[in-house]
Amino acid sequence: MKQEGKIKVWQDYQKEIADDHYFYVRSCIRQNFFPGSEQTFLKILRSELHKDIYENPHHTSCSGIGYHSDIVPFGTIQTIVARQFALMTEAGYQNIAVSCITSFGIYNEIIETWKEFPAELDKTREYLKRSTGRTFEIPQNVAHASDIVYKFRQQIAELGHNRLINHKTGKPLKIVEHIGCHYSKMFPSKGIGGAEFPHVLAGMIEAWGGEVIDYPERRHCCGFGFRQYLIMSNRGYSISNSRKKFESMEPYQPDAIVSNCPGCPMFLDRWQYVIEEMEGKTYGQNGQGIPVMTYEEMAGLVLGYDPWDMGMQMHQTNVEPLLDKMGIQYNPDLKYAGKDGKTIGSPVMVGCGG
Amino acid sequence: MELYEELSTDIRFIEGLNSCMNCGICTAICPAAEFYDYDPRLIATIVHSKDEKRIEELLKSDVIWYCGECMSCKTRCPRGNTVGLIIMALRSLSQELGYFTESEKGRQQLAIKRVIGENIVYKGYCVLPENLVPEMHPEQGPVGEWIFQNKKEVYKRVGANYNGDGTGALRKIPQESLDEIYRIFEITGGFDRLDKIEHFSKIKAESMGFTEGRDDYSDYISHIFTTNNGKHNRQ
Repeated sequence: MKQEGKIKVWQDYQKEIADDHYFYVRSCIRQNFFPGSEQTFLKILRSELHKDIYENPHHTSCSGIGYHSDIVPFGTIQTIVARQFALMTEAGYQNIAVSCITSFGIYNEIIETWKEFPAELDKTREYLKRSTGRTFEIPQNVAHASDIVYKFRQQIAELGHNRLINHKTGKPLKIVEHIGCHYSKMFPSKGIGGAEFPHVLAGMIEAWGGEVIDYPERRHCCGFGFRQYLIMSNRGYSISNSRKKFESMEPYQPDAIVSNCPGCPMFLDRWQYVIEEMEGKTYGQNGQGIPVMTYEEMAGLVLGYDPWDMGMQMHQTNVEPLLDKMGIQYNPDLKYAGKDGKTIGSPVMVGCGG
Repeated sequence: MELYEELSTDIRFIEGLNSCMNCGICTAICPAAEFYDYDPRLIATIVHSKDEKRIEELLKSDVIWYCGECMSCKTRCPRGNTVGLIIMALRSLSQELGYFTESEKGRQQLAIKRVIGENIVYKGYCVLPENLVPEMHPEQGPVGEWIFQNKKEVYKRVGANYNGDGTGALRKIPQESLDEIYRIFEITGGFDRLDKIEHFSKIKAESMGFTEGRDDYSDYISHIFTTNNGKHNRQ
């Protein structure tokens, strides 16, 4: 679609994002694979933007991976989500900031269900009261954490030390953006820009000097598929879908991939390694992989944060090609160090990480 | 039990099936349809037919387990159907009736229950670093193995609070909160689902020659986690 058409679509799908005072709920997957990204998000909000964002240690998984692998019934997940809302209500907050795309989709699904089927809301209130003694208010504003970064993208650009620009050529870096399916495919009005042309990551890339790559399989799923990855014998589904995306984006020679989903950046990172091991094929430049990052890591690089403080050493596909293009200084000797430079050994790198 | 009537009590089914005109756009957009011998359009057609025999066959088949629940079908369907939601209702009923053990893909539910289900109830997370055993997750590569072997140090380095008290990534969920999650599972039917998966799986495991032994059917778990008969893919 031509740019004018996309701008029209983006204008049709604008959502309200609260300006301050957020109750933060974490993501199971991100805590395992990108804990530094959640930490970076909180640092940006608190230290750079001076926002109030609160985390209650009693919040739990929303059970979304269990729900979407069909072992958790709908009534159960509604009540677990209601418990998160109860913690938010008790802490005096009305705006929920969700780290996980699966959770974000589920919160929207449940709130919309309660609007359409009020008996489900009544039943959930009763379940929660009986099981925990708690009551809750429905959030006034549900934002994915990437919505919040999008909202403040211009401020981040103004505060930033770096741009998404090749410091040697002066040209914008070419970035592939990958939106988690449950961000807006179920409820297009809940995502910035809708489902077909979401603007949430594109807006960040543009604000920070990069160029968004449009390619045929831009909206294709990364291939997580819940049970299709969780079970070893199903993982062909997962890698095949990621591979389809890599093949489609390769001709555009992207400098990096950015995602706002918990699982997608992990799969787009790890499956590049596996494809190289299986087929000897790499998709980046000079026989390397395409660096993959979370949107918080991208924001952190713009703000001048240390890549290893943000956990970019936890990626399998090396991120150094991107750092070098941006002209970011880093200490390679500290990449795999523990806290305060402690030596803890390092992985025997092969393939895209070699 | 009338299967269609039972499906019609599931809100996902009510929301997912409006009026399918068989255009096939769901199949065109579906990541599962490209990989598996799977046609979401046919799922809508079969449930629309209200043919009890065909619905029972579906509930016992591999087919309903091919969907990845990405919900791409929701975005594109001109009639507002969502086959992914219909699939969720079919999978729930298949587990309720024990039909899931009749297919290779369906039998995998026990492995998911044992890891994800028990993590949620007893740890408050869907996934934990301890689950990412390199032998089971070779795709995590050398970095994944390094993280697994140095969990405490790596997570500390990036600001997580692995197994610690208070806030932060991978913090230990307080026991009183886990107690609340446990009661939610008791009251809402969560344990009924998990218990049924165990119950029907054990019957199937015995019929396939696996024994409980001292390890709670670990050989059966290993079997369902790794077996692929190679007949699922689109040829």
